[in-house]
Amino acid sequence: MNWVWFHRFGSPPYFYAVVGRIVPWLAWPAGLLIAAGLYGGVVMAPPDYQQSDAARIMYVHVPAAYVGLMAYTVMAVSAAIGLVWRLKVCHAVAAACAPIGASFTAVCLITGMLWGQPMWGAWWVWDPRLVSMLVLLFFFIGYMGLRGAIDDLQRADRASAVLASVGIINVPIVHYSVVWWNSLHQGASLIRKGGPAMPASMWVPLVLVIFGFTFYFYAVMLMRARAEVLRRDRGGSWVRDLLTTPEQPK
Amino acid sequence: MSQFLYMSGYAAYVWPSIVLTLALLVLNVLWARQLTREAQAEARRRIANEEAP
Repeated sequence: MNWVWFHRFGSPPYFYAVVGRIVPWLAWPAGLLIAAGLYGGVVMAPPDYQQSDAARIMYVHVPAAYVGLMAYTVMAVSAAIGLVWRLKVCHAVAAACAPIGASFTAVCLITGMLWGQPMWGAWWVWDPRLVSMLVLLFFFIGYMGLRGAIDDLQRADRASAVLASVGIINVPIVHYSVVWWNSLHQGASLIRKGGPAMPASMWVPLVLVIFGFTFYFYAVMLMRARAEVLRRDRGGSWVRDLLTTPEQPK
Repeated sequence: MSQFLYMSGYAAYVWPSIVLTLALLVLNVLWARQLTREAQAEARRRIANEEAP
């Protein structure tokens, strides 16, 4: 298979131009899927047989957790590729993932607290799932802090890429924390042996929101990566050509 | 409608979760747009400075 089409994304001007055209095609499905999924989950889906309407927090808590983990994985893989092949665009993508991943992880933790208080009787417990998710948040914050602390961009790229790559070990720990240890947090209810542990009226909206959040993540992440590519190459000739030609980009 | 808003007594937990998540979605878009605008403005400034004698 010919991978030239993919390698071209390593070129900042190509990345900037093509990503600018891709983003709207991610944003519209994201909006539609999230709207449909939240309507289905918050309005249409039946209340849980044990937790009643409190279980509706699931429709935002689970997708937020999913995006947090996905953002970390994309960040670590992209940072590692940037480290090995010295691709600026990959470092820009990794840098773009961190703030989004951190904000989704934080929202996952907060919505989890809002769910934990009525169901467990505590806002926070030192449970493997909760602690490993908190560690994920700290990895995002550490990554951003490290980048911010080093003035030389190339050194910041390399140092933060090492941190991101090491931290990937935490992603499977988060996922399997409910299996490996005795956790108060419930186990996987969607993708598990024997199918989802809920009726279609509940899992379909959940899956819609998860897909919507996935599109959303890639749209916003690519917007940020595009801005980062432009910021890094602000003195480059392609930026000059881009900004001084009559038809202005969005 | 008030039945719906009441959320079987869990309104104080369900609605803040949903509002917070919607705020997260809106703020991340605004933040990304802001960064794009800043990067473009900075690049334009640099071009203008270079062209000025």
